[in-house]
Amino acid sequence: MADSIGTRQARSRAALPIEPHESENPVIEVREVSFGYGTDLVLEGVNLKIYPRDYLAILGPNGGGKTTLIKLLLGLLRPRSGEIVVSLPDRPGRLGYVPQFSTFDRSFPLRVLEVVRMGRISRRSLLGPYNRDDQRAAEAMLERLHLADLANRPIRELSGGQMQRVLIARALVSEPAILFLDEPTASIDAESRETLRELLLELNRQIPIVVVTHDPTSIASAVRHVACVNRGLHYHHELTSEALEEAYGCPVELLGHGVPHRVLHSH
Amino acid sequence: MPSLLDALAYDFVRHAILAGVLAAILCGVIGPFVVVKRLAFIGGGISHAAFGGLGLCFFLGLNPIWGAIGVSLLFAILLGLVDTEKVRSQDALIGVLWAAGVAVGIVFIAKTPGYAPNLMTYLFGNILLVTRTDVWITFGLSTAVLATVALFYKGLVAVAFDEVFARVQGAPVRFLRTLLLVLMALTVVILIQVVGIILVIALLTIPPVIALMLCRDLKWVILTSVGLGVAMTLAGLWISYEADLPSGPAIILLGTAVLLAVYAARRTWKKGGLEIRGPGERA
Repeated sequence: MADSIGTRQARSRAALPIEPHESENPVIEVREVSFGYGTDLVLEGVNLKIYPRDYLAILGPNGGGKTTLIKLLLGLLRPRSGEIVVSLPDRPGRLGYVPQFSTFDRSFPLRVLEVVRMGRISRRSLLGPYNRDDQRAAEAMLERLHLADLANRPIRELSGGQMQRVLIARALVSEPAILFLDEPTASIDAESRETLRELLLELNRQIPIVVVTHDPTSIASAVRHVACVNRGLHYHHELTSEALEEAYGCPVELLGHGVPHRVLHSH
Repeated sequence: MPSLLDALAYDFVRHAILAGVLAAILCGVIGPFVVVKRLAFIGGGISHAAFGGLGLCFFLGLNPIWGAIGVSLLFAILLGLVDTEKVRSQDALIGVLWAAGVAVGIVFIAKTPGYAPNLMTYLFGNILLVTRTDVWITFGLSTAVLATVALFYKGLVAVAFDEVFARVQGAPVRFLRTLLLVLMALTVVILIQVVGIILVIALLTIPPVIALMLCRDLKWVILTSVGLGVAMTLAGLWISYEADLPSGPAIILLGTAVLLAVYAARRTWKKGGLEIRGPGERA
């Protein structure tokens, strides 16, 4: 797995000086978007393009506007000015979303399979239960993410890493055209992070992935592009310590490799 | 208990038991949603606001239950429409409606000419005053609420568990949330007859809280809390009959005692390395 990723990165870098997917049309384009709660702006004049098969990390300090940006991208908030153009197939479940653990009740009396099946909710009419297809799709997804043994386990008994994969399974079971993850490494141990990294790289072969995190080291080696959000947005081709320093305003230690980056917006 | 069986000969006792059982079934089904979605404060607000409608209908000489239904439905729909992002305004709104409802109710009852009903009856409930008409209204409402929960179960669970995810998926979250509040409002009105306005929250929360300690599966939580609610209500009515206590407090105090006992037992057993599992639970 690690090999194939290595060669793919090497190949794209060697053969194409410009990232290949930038010749394609972006699946989501953020144009001059500003947003604020009350009178203060949280985001100002943000521009961002997400391409097919992109793997974008949105970094930034707490309170810098990362969560607001992902809410805008998910359509949970409307921009105060500017626009967000989404060029994805128009069907329910096209946006895959893996929330932070703090947004739901982990002691909720549900079993793993029941949670994963919820990803199919928009496929069914509002009335009546899930059907056999939903059941099978959820089981297949659990199988794929090596969670089949846990299908009947109550979610309150899961470890952080297992819960994370259950949430990813729930997001994937709707066959999304893009996957968003909000702070996916916050509540899981080092081993689970490695599993998660491999899983996301594998998923990235089919769909673009957007990861929001305040912890750049956890995802450093996998991402292709980095957007640093701190009211404004800086876009980088790769994660570098310079990029991070710019976003956070102070040097940040990074296990990675330096590549020139470009600044789309300065503040 | 021969004395209670003798009492069954009386219409008002049969009405009390029917209304009590129907109310217990309903709160067993709606209660778990109230507890897991943390709606107890809203439940309290609805029941107290309903007092305003109750007082108004009393003043006008109508069956007070219609006033309670009208006001609690309005309350639920209003809250459903308030943006959940604005949590502070929702919280304040509940507080205002809570107090205003009680004030309106007291004013109307005070201004009703002639015999002034005992306020305690509404505040703490007196199930023995339930009429045949009340039983039929309760039966109709219970059937409607239970059928709606069955039809919308999938969506209600999705919204109760993770509203944001459901919204991203494109589910009609605002509708489902409002529906849940409406179902809770109707349940509250039915419960008012049994335990009174002040104790409604208790019957809505005690059985599901016990069930949540015992079961790990939402369907079992619902079934267990229905069973507990019915048992609590019948046993509480019996105690109230035998010991000449008001029915509402008798039911609630019994429930509280059971809750504490289950909690204590669970703690003790857990220390010994055992965990109580609900019926049908797999290890």
